[in-house]
Amino acid sequence: MMAGIAVSTNINSDNAEFLCHADETLLDVLRDRLGLMGAKEGCGTGDCGACSIILDDRLVCSCLVLGAEAEGGRIETVEGMAQGDQLHPLQQKFLEHAALQCGICTPGFLIAAKDLLAKNPDPTEEEIRFGLAGNLCRCTGYDKIVRAVQDAAGVMRGADHEF
Amino acid sequence: MNFDPSHSKRSFSSVGTRPIRPDGVDKVTGRARYGADFNMPGQLVGRILRSPHAHANIRKIDTSKAAQLPGVKAVLTAADLPDLTDGDAAMYDILDNCMARKKALYDGHAVAAVAAIDARTAKQALKLIEVEYELLPHVTDVDQAFAPDAPLINDTIFTTGVDPKPDRPSNVLMRSQFGHGDVDAGMASADFVVERTFKTEQTHQGYIEPHACVASVSSDGTADLWVCTQGHFVYRQHCAQLLGMDASKLRVTSSEIGGGFGGKTHVWAEPVALALSRKVGRPVKLVMTRDEVFRASGPTSATSIDVKIGALKDGTIIAADATLRYSCGPYAGAWAEIGAMTAFACYKLENVRTVGYEVLVNRPKTAAYRAPSAPMAAFAVESAIDELAKKVGMNPIDFRIRNAAQEGTKASYGPVYGPIGIGPTLEAVKNHPHMKAPLGKNQGRGMACGFWFNFGGQTCTDLNIGKDGTVSLAVGTVDVGGSRASLSLVAAEELGIDYSQVRTVIADTSSLGYNDMTDGSRGTFSSSMATISAARNAIKILRERAAQMWDIPVEDVTWEKGHAVAKGETHGNLPKLSLKEIAAASGTTGGPIAGHSEIVADGAGVSFATHICDIEVDPETGATKVLRYTVVQDAGKAVHPTYVEGQYQGGAAQGIGWALNEEYIYGKDGRLQNAGFLDYRIPVCSDLPMIDTQILEIPNPNHPYGVRGVGETSIVPPLAAVANAVSNAVGVRMLHIPMSPPRILAALDA
Ligand code: FES
Ligand code: FES
Repeated sequence: MMAGIAVSTNINSDNAEFLCHADETLLDVLRDRLGLMGAKEGCGTGDCGACSIILDDRLVCSCLVLGAEAEGGRIETVEGMAQGDQLHPLQQKFLEHAALQCGICTPGFLIAAKDLLAKNPDPTEEEIRFGLAGNLCRCTGYDKIVRAVQDAAGVMRGADHEF
Repeated sequence: MNFDPSHSKRSFSSVGTRPIRPDGVDKVTGRARYGADFNMPGQLVGRILRSPHAHANIRKIDTSKAAQLPGVKAVLTAADLPDLTDGDAAMYDILDNCMARKKALYDGHAVAAVAAIDARTAKQALKLIEVEYELLPHVTDVDQAFAPDAPLINDTIFTTGVDPKPDRPSNVLMRSQFGHGDVDAGMASADFVVERTFKTEQTHQGYIEPHACVASVSSDGTADLWVCTQGHFVYRQHCAQLLGMDASKLRVTSSEIGGGFGGKTHVWAEPVALALSRKVGRPVKLVMTRDEVFRASGPTSATSIDVKIGALKDGTIIAADATLRYSCGPYAGAWAEIGAMTAFACYKLENVRTVGYEVLVNRPKTAAYRAPSAPMAAFAVESAIDELAKKVGMNPIDFRIRNAAQEGTKASYGPVYGPIGIGPTLEAVKNHPHMKAPLGKNQGRGMACGFWFNFGGQTCTDLNIGKDGTVSLAVGTVDVGGSRASLSLVAAEELGIDYSQVRTVIADTSSLGYNDMTDGSRGTFSSSMATISAARNAIKILRERAAQMWDIPVEDVTWEKGHAVAKGETHGNLPKLSLKEIAAASGTTGGPIAGHSEIVADGAGVSFATHICDIEVDPETGATKVLRYTVVQDAGKAVHPTYVEGQYQGGAAQGIGWALNEEYIYGKDGRLQNAGFLDYRIPVCSDLPMIDTQILEIPNPNHPYGVRGVGETSIVPPLAAVANAVSNAVGVRMLHIPMSPPRILAALDA
């Protein structure tokens, strides 16, 4: 058996170190080794987006990234979005618009939407739809998700600080 | 329980508002725990070996090499799950589906399982299990399986419901028939007749969360199961029966559930996880891969449907006839029967007949998928209705309005309707701005109606009032999409307190009496009925306690807006007592205050919807784009309108996917070729427009608030609405779903 690889990263502004196998995905590391279960495995093949995280300012499917690749990296997961009991505007708007039914896709959508709005603070409906096309939701038909993202984008543009 | 209509309520303070759901914050912060988000100390990883063959005798399974692999703690085959079903044929099928006994009946059928210290060891162990198969001829297509010379899947099947009884076995399990009047005479008198054969392909519910569970069996015979399910009480019953346990020894906790839509109404791997845990004495976690979900859980039926409808010159439908063949996988099912019941349920028909055939195929065991069986029947019927309207020379909406079922209509499947919403949804659609919007080149508009029964069933609810006057509501009907919010609203409504004072939880199977699962759109209907009755029982006690505190007769105490109020001249000056005050005194007035309810929720109200779809078709490539979509549906009473809209939108989106893209594709070898989200493509955000909704409220007289179920009807019209839109756009009748680009091009070339 191979020995574990030692990896140092920063996750949601905290330093995190872990050992993982060479072929272990970052999703498995987050969930099984670090207890961060917000990212979900819907497919394991990069097709559903439920495992979305931000790695060094890039939106990635953590099921397609190896744990070892996170060495020296900066990771953002859904667990890092709220500040204390202050929800991120996207989280708040997802609740207000009922943009979730079962909620299994929600962490992935929140992260993907956060990444989208960081790059495009004032997206059109079409830009939102294409920006979130890598995330599957089977419950909502996306209508309320798109509206929640539009609404959150407005709040974030009007705010005096970054999220 | 039959509800006394004199106790109904039609004006509300909490019900009908749109508060944030109680489980919401956990779900947007990643704290909510779903099936795969739970672990136990000492837990092993379970994995299942599956047949790569569509149909094969299992000659021999050699597990010795796998068992010797370091880190493997248990290997299991059907021999470890002896048949304890005692003549219960449905349970035997479930057992055989969980672990093949003599034959592998489809690509993906479980044949062995392992429990190991980690996933990689478990995976490796599966490769070391040697299975000797003897291949048998297979059949995966519903029409081919229906043919008399088809390869036989089960030689003990002799079609039931036909006279005389057949003298040889076939793949046709059962024939069922519904209707009334004289269809042949009616058809002979028709001025216009449309006769068509339609086909739909098999789809999957496509919930994003794969099946997952953690099973832990103790050496004293008690056990715990954590699982994502639509019905933990049903899972307990199945697992206990298959493993020979007392139900009370098995505690099942339902995790948050990441979608089910009917696919999590059935045990697939849970008995295997329990059997592995029992064998090794440690907890076992078993999570399906997406590939396994597609190959080995329960997709819906593929169908082939003949429809013949005749109308008079004045637009009256004079006769309607349909023959429906539904695949049910290699095991018994009653899917065609349901299709045959729903097919013509929207219409007022003098002469109607539907015949259903259940057809065995070498595909996974069919499970329910949101209004199971109804969308395919509606696709066939509503397509033919559109064509017939054209022949008669009426527009499709007026033609439907003319023939729509009403209160007092004898439904094609038997019962006589009470107040129903089909007419009102049609009128609403007729007046909807969507119907008047202009269309461009290569664009078409389609509409269609849909029906679903809705169910009630066994329901149990505990409403406990804390010493501080806040309320805990424990229900046993799993929340799949926001029902905890609705039930909190209902409890708040009855007690006259604020929504924030109620917390609703889903109790485990050891903490509450039996509940049916969340299916048949019964969740909010039945649990709200039980909640209302539990709350009214609690109010009775609250009034008694107030009477005691005041020392007046209980008859003189009423309950108003969260307070006990003393009535009558002599007590008029007593200040009212709040729920909080009564609760605070409960220790000295007789102990804890609670209301309970154990009911069979009868009187589910049937539900109808009408949808409108605009689509653009690229005639060069056959590609389609849904431009606009509108759902109009009767909710009876929308308890939390936002989540009602969500159900309408979600069902429509699933139906659009079914209509345009989704299908199980089998090769000649009987193997599933697209067992993943890349090749089984469900709609993504950029595939869809906003989905407009209009909620109608025609109260269900059998529910205190008028509630009907809302979860399923929304998937019934879209297949036909989209097909009618495409047919109108391209000028060719579409007969085969999904209308993928190659099929549209083929239809254009034909
Ligand atoms: S789990 Fe990573 S994309 Fe589906
Ligand atoms: S809310 Fe269930 S998959 Fe999106």
